[in-house]
Amino acid sequence: MSKRAAVVPSRGQHYTELIYDFARNSIARDMIGSKHFRPYLPLIFALFVFILFNNLAGIIPFLQLPTMSRIGFPIGLVLIVYVVYHFVGIKHMGVGGYFKHMVPPGLPGWVVPVVFLLELMTYFITRPLTLALRLFGNMFAGHMVLVVFIVGGWTLFTSDSIGLKFVALPAWLMAFVMTLFEGLVQFLQAFVFTLLTASYIAGALEDSH
Amino acid sequence: MTGSISLVGYGLSAIGPAIAVGLIFAAYINGVARQPEARGMLQPIAILGFALAEALAIFGLVLFFIKS
Repeated sequence: MSKRAAVVPSRGQHYTELIYDFARNSIARDMIGSKHFRPYLPLIFALFVFILFNNLAGIIPFLQLPTMSRIGFPIGLVLIVYVVYHFVGIKHMGVGGYFKHMVPPGLPGWVVPVVFLLELMTYFITRPLTLALRLFGNMFAGHMVLVVFIVGGWTLFTSDSIGLKFVALPAWLMAFVMTLFEGLVQFLQAFVFTLLTASYIAGALEDSH
Repeated sequence: MTGSISLVGYGLSAIGPAIAVGLIFAAYINGVARQPEARGMLQPIAILGFALAEALAIFGLVLFFIKS
């Protein structure tokens, strides 16, 4: 693609640049800041495109299974993100500094251990758990909704009662509407996953909380 | 009629995040209506808040599957 890049872009180049611009400017630069975002750009762009296209497989006819509705795939992606943001934080601040920066400065002494425990849980348990489960849950639930309307419509259509055959039409209409809605959700989930990744990296890069 | 009562529990637990997501986007729309040039700044904040509130509903979904 880059070999054929031209000053006057072709249609394909235009759309590629549109996606790249979105990942670069709206996600990486806005969350991490214009000074530090460059080294993380490949990761963020790759994550965004990979998740987006795997999600969109959920609404492409005859394929209709989002990859991320199998829990192993989100877990694999989250493992990468998990290692990256801890590594960045420890490289940036050192091990002691990294744990120190979890507690915001200026707290009274007796709250510090409580807040530290809470933040420790957030960094090591809640963040990867929610990141993986959000992507999995959304794709799985969306897939289930489509299955209910399409297969349910088929069951109604093949039933003996003539009245029930007509109910199949609204069910399939609903399946069509939900497919469009799923397209929106799938894009949004790819966006949210990458946005949160960028925000975790940005949090690990901050000098003080 | 057979099934798991935890499905009802999941439905109930989805009310909270639903209200939260509604409040977040209401605040976002208010903010953009008052100051349209702040849209670029507000959008990531709104989406982040939406994602965090939505996580609770997703927890409910997973707990439903663990239980059943």
